Amino acid sequence: MNQLNPRKNFEETRNEIGYVNRKDATQADYDRIGFMSGLEVHQQILTKRKLFCRCPAGIFQKPDQFDAEIIRHMRPTLSELGEYDGTALMEFRTRKEIVYRIINKNACTYEVDDTPPFQVDREALEKAIELALASKLNIVGEVHITRKQYLDGSIPTGFQRTGIIGIEGSIKLRNKEVRLIQLSLEEDSCREVSDIGHTRIYRTDRLGMPLIETVTYPDFTNPDEVKEGCDYIRFLNRSTGKVRTGIGAGRQDVNVSCKGGTRVEIKGVAHTKWIPELTHVEAFRQWALLAIRDKLLARMKPEDWKMQCREIDPKEFHFYYTPVTDAIARGDKLIAINLPHFGGLLSHFTQPGKPFYDEFTNRLKVVACIEKPNMATSEDIDDVISGNVFDQLRTMFNAGEQDAQIIFWAPEADVETAVEVIEERAKMTFAGVPQETRKSSADGTTIFERVLPGADRMYPDTDSAPIPLSSDYIESLRKNIPEEIADRYAQLRDWGVPADTYTYILSKNFYPLIKKIVAELDIPPKFVGAFFGHRLKYLHGQYKTIPFDMDRIYDMFNYLKSNNIDKSIARKMLTEMFKHPKMDFESILTQLNFKAIDKADIISRVSFIKDKFSPCRKDTTDGDRLNSVMGQLRSMSEGNIDLKELAEIVK
Amino acid sequence: MSEDFFQGYKGEALAKLQQYNVRVWGSAEVETTRGHFSGTVLPRAENDDSKHIVLKIPTGYNVGIDIDTITDMKEVGYKKANYKIPEKEFPRTPGLPHVKLLGTGGTIASRLDYRTGAVIPAFSPGELYGSVPELADICNLDTEKIFAVFSENMGPKQYVALAKKIGEEIEKGIDGIVIGHGTDTLHHTGAALTFMCQNLPVPVVLVGSQRSSDRPSSDAALNLMHAMTAAGHGNIAEVLVCMFGPTSDEYGFLHKGTRVRKMHSSYRSTFRTIGDTPVARITRKGVEPIKEEFNPRRTDRNVKIIPTFDDRVAMLYYYPGMKPDMLHSIIDNGYKGVVWVGTGLGHINKEMYPAVERATAEGVHQYMTLQTIWGYVHMFVYDTGRDMMAKGIVPCGNMLPEVAFIKLGWALGQTHDPEEVKRLMLTPINDDITDREPYNGYLVYQGGSPEVEEFIKKVHK
Repeated sequence: MNQLNPRKNFEETRNEIGYVNRKDATQADYDRIGFMSGLEVHQQILTKRKLFCRCPAGIFQKPDQFDAEIIRHMRPTLSELGEYDGTALMEFRTRKEIVYRIINKNACTYEVDDTPPFQVDREALEKAIELALASKLNIVGEVHITRKQYLDGSIPTGFQRTGIIGIEGSIKLRNKEVRLIQLSLEEDSCREVSDIGHTRIYRTDRLGMPLIETVTYPDFTNPDEVKEGCDYIRFLNRSTGKVRTGIGAGRQDVNVSCKGGTRVEIKGVAHTKWIPELTHVEAFRQWALLAIRDKLLARMKPEDWKMQCREIDPKEFHFYYTPVTDAIARGDKLIAINLPHFGGLLSHFTQPGKPFYDEFTNRLKVVACIEKPNMATSEDIDDVISGNVFDQLRTMFNAGEQDAQIIFWAPEADVETAVEVIEERAKMTFAGVPQETRKSSADGTTIFERVLPGADRMYPDTDSAPIPLSSDYIESLRKNIPEEIADRYAQLRDWGVPADTYTYILSKNFYPLIKKIVAELDIPPKFVGAFFGHRLKYLHGQYKTIPFDMDRIYDMFNYLKSNNIDKSIARKMLTEMFKHPKMDFESILTQLNFKAIDKADIISRVSFIKDKFSPCRKDTTDGDRLNSVMGQLRSMSEGNIDLKELAEIVK
Repeated sequence: MSEDFFQGYKGEALAKLQQYNVRVWGSAEVETTRGHFSGTVLPRAENDDSKHIVLKIPTGYNVGIDIDTITDMKEVGYKKANYKIPEKEFPRTPGLPHVKLLGTGGTIASRLDYRTGAVIPAFSPGELYGSVPELADICNLDTEKIFAVFSENMGPKQYVALAKKIGEEIEKGIDGIVIGHGTDTLHHTGAALTFMCQNLPVPVVLVGSQRSSDRPSSDAALNLMHAMTAAGHGNIAEVLVCMFGPTSDEYGFLHKGTRVRKMHSSYRSTFRTIGDTPVARITRKGVEPIKEEFNPRRTDRNVKIIPTFDDRVAMLYYYPGMKPDMLHSIIDNGYKGVVWVGTGLGHINKEMYPAVERATAEGVHQYMTLQTIWGYVHMFVYDTGRDMMAKGIVPCGNMLPEVAFIKLGWALGQTHDPEEVKRLMLTPINDDITDREPYNGYLVYQGGSPEVEEFIKKVHK
């Protein structure tokens, strides 16, 4: 067993559990591991003010910018039903000092919990109800503000004020209907600046901004479906035109499990395009943890398992690994641990590039506040500590063939928690998949973030009275609801708008504008769709932002129509509008050297140019001739004649 | 008494629950015109309307159902929740000081009350240990709930009972006393106990919290730890108010009961010593005196308890154009003392003079304090001041208005002889009037000035 090659073991165990890359995975693979996923989609609402105070929403600060700092420590409290929440207790163990950086412009005494909440912002409530109606949810009779505990410090009160607006709705995807559990209106949390050792720093700019959370049932059965569902909800939210856009305005938590696994929440996924890889990897991580569990259970019973742990004297070992020598120099303690029967498991595959021991090192960081690298194991893939050290440890522990060892280094004050953390995680191996929230990386893998909080962290907000929602009020808001996203998809298809434009059009919510241009100016929808989904998208990508108000596009088409100018020049005009956002349409046309020429005049030139076309090669086709003639006529034609119509004449 | 199955529900909502036979704590399936809802029926707060039923839905959130939308309802289960702080026996550690915690109510330890929807006090050594286990490292704790009233309901009766209790505990040999108290009138009680419990051999520490202990960011735990430390280990044997220094969870102050005032409706750092510095800073490590002189802890038990109070005392906060009838009605109603809160250096308008004279003539004791909070009453500066003194109003130096009110009640509890009352009022018991105001006794910094902004940025508030 001492001869175990961790790298080889990692590869072998990956094959053993049947891991496949996502691009090679089929529905059969997901059915085999029982892939299951649900979503919690967060979307900031566009309001002038924050949800529970009168601070302006949407004014941000840089990480190092602040007018004052405030310090808090969080303590777990009981839920309404008299239970302590698991996360709460874990967070308490971490003994974090939380620092809030506030600036006067966007935070008042409410944000730092020195003032009770003011009445809920009516604008936010109204928009949330409209979004709930658009999601076809059952609207509650009375909104009750609930405190949802967060002891990580991301909210200075230690809880998020949140209220359910509606429950039990559904969304229609291409191949299935997905059920919604609920939609709530909540206050957004702080943004983290840093988290080093026992100090975590937040800024309070985003704190308190109104947000809705749409939660689905775990109805998704493969990674692409999850993305489709998430896009749908995001487009739906945007279709109302009442939400914020831009970085961080929409985020989602993705819940994933596999057959026999448990609900794990991947937090704060900023972009839906990351969802497929993340959910794929997470389902297989759970599948791998179950394989590890089975192997361990085959070796021994959980009740007989006992970890050995001992402080070691650095002088008795030879360490060359810089993090360890640095730790010794700092005066950190070195602790060796023997994990009986964990041989071959620590280097077991869990995620691409991440063996099982990764679960330990991240818990040490999060719970015991020990910065990484914080440990080494007898099965490290990158052999950071020489094998001799572990031979010595095995002798010291009188370890069995199948045992594995960990060494970690930590300040004395953190050692006790660290040992508990390792023991706790090791014991969880017998159960399979711990309930936790995980942080996503760009490569699709995740790391431990927190213990998953349960319903036990809810508590009625004793500072707020319930808000009744009368049926008349709800019906008056129902009038503002846009058509369903599914209907918008269908309309775009019927119009013959190219399918590759849908995501851009729906995610930016340009559909209503397209519809207006089509209906009021009588311009072919296919042309308008492509104009937005291809031309505008291209320029938007080049310039990063659209420098003018979107109504200007309507105005441009309106201008062309009323001046009897053909729409074919619109593409060129759009480029100029990006270059000169304030220039009027007439000047743009001058800039483009546009001259109004009578349609008949252009057509009359066709035969002359056509005759002039002299093929220089024998294999010249009619198409080549068409292109050549059109090329010569294009600049004078744009704005004067529909180019398709002209092409027909040239043919 | 039979169990209340419909806790807090009334009117139409109650009728609806009875109609469908659904109880509070029952799991209900509810059909409404707005769709289907399921969850546990929760009690309703008494002051909320009778048009809604509260459900806890499976995700843990609460929602209200409009009873007019209900078309059917069924109870499919029943499970009563038991809100209880885990009670663990408070460990005894030989060598640690014995501290008695006297409970009066307030948010220092509290739990949810469905009747009002607010929080109610919860309190026992076991409960406290369950929620703040660190206390066991500080002292050996006993608790006794004397009243369960919110701060605004504390009054003379409670001051007297507390003072007597303190006397008893000291005689029994306690090392320190902590009093849990709502914060609104914490400083009134601080003053009352200073006058009623003199020559203290051990610390008497009043403590509260600005955020109830049912919140993770509550200041209750740290305040309790500080108070226990000050009471058990501190050397300052006075009536002290122990609350947050800055709003940050960093350290607390020990203020004299006679010089402290609640200065913000909701800040954690709301208590400030006025016209002086606090007596000491307090951290979990111990008391760090700020003032050099204080009454040190003693081993004797020679406390002097003077538990008297005449509640026929009123306060008059002068406002421009105040009519004499305000004072006349006080006299007519049989009050024996008036604490004026005057403008500027201690003034009221001329229109009031005849009424002031009448009050004096009818044996009503009048004292002058300041709306400015900081500074001394100076009644010699202007004629008005001299006039008023001639008519019987006695200036109270820099005694705080609330302190003067408490002291006058306490003094009138002992005597009605004007000279004797005046002697009691103007003889400081513990800095209720100070001889001098130090340069750092008045520091209300103004936000916006560059040096203050720089300070705020550097120092945790």
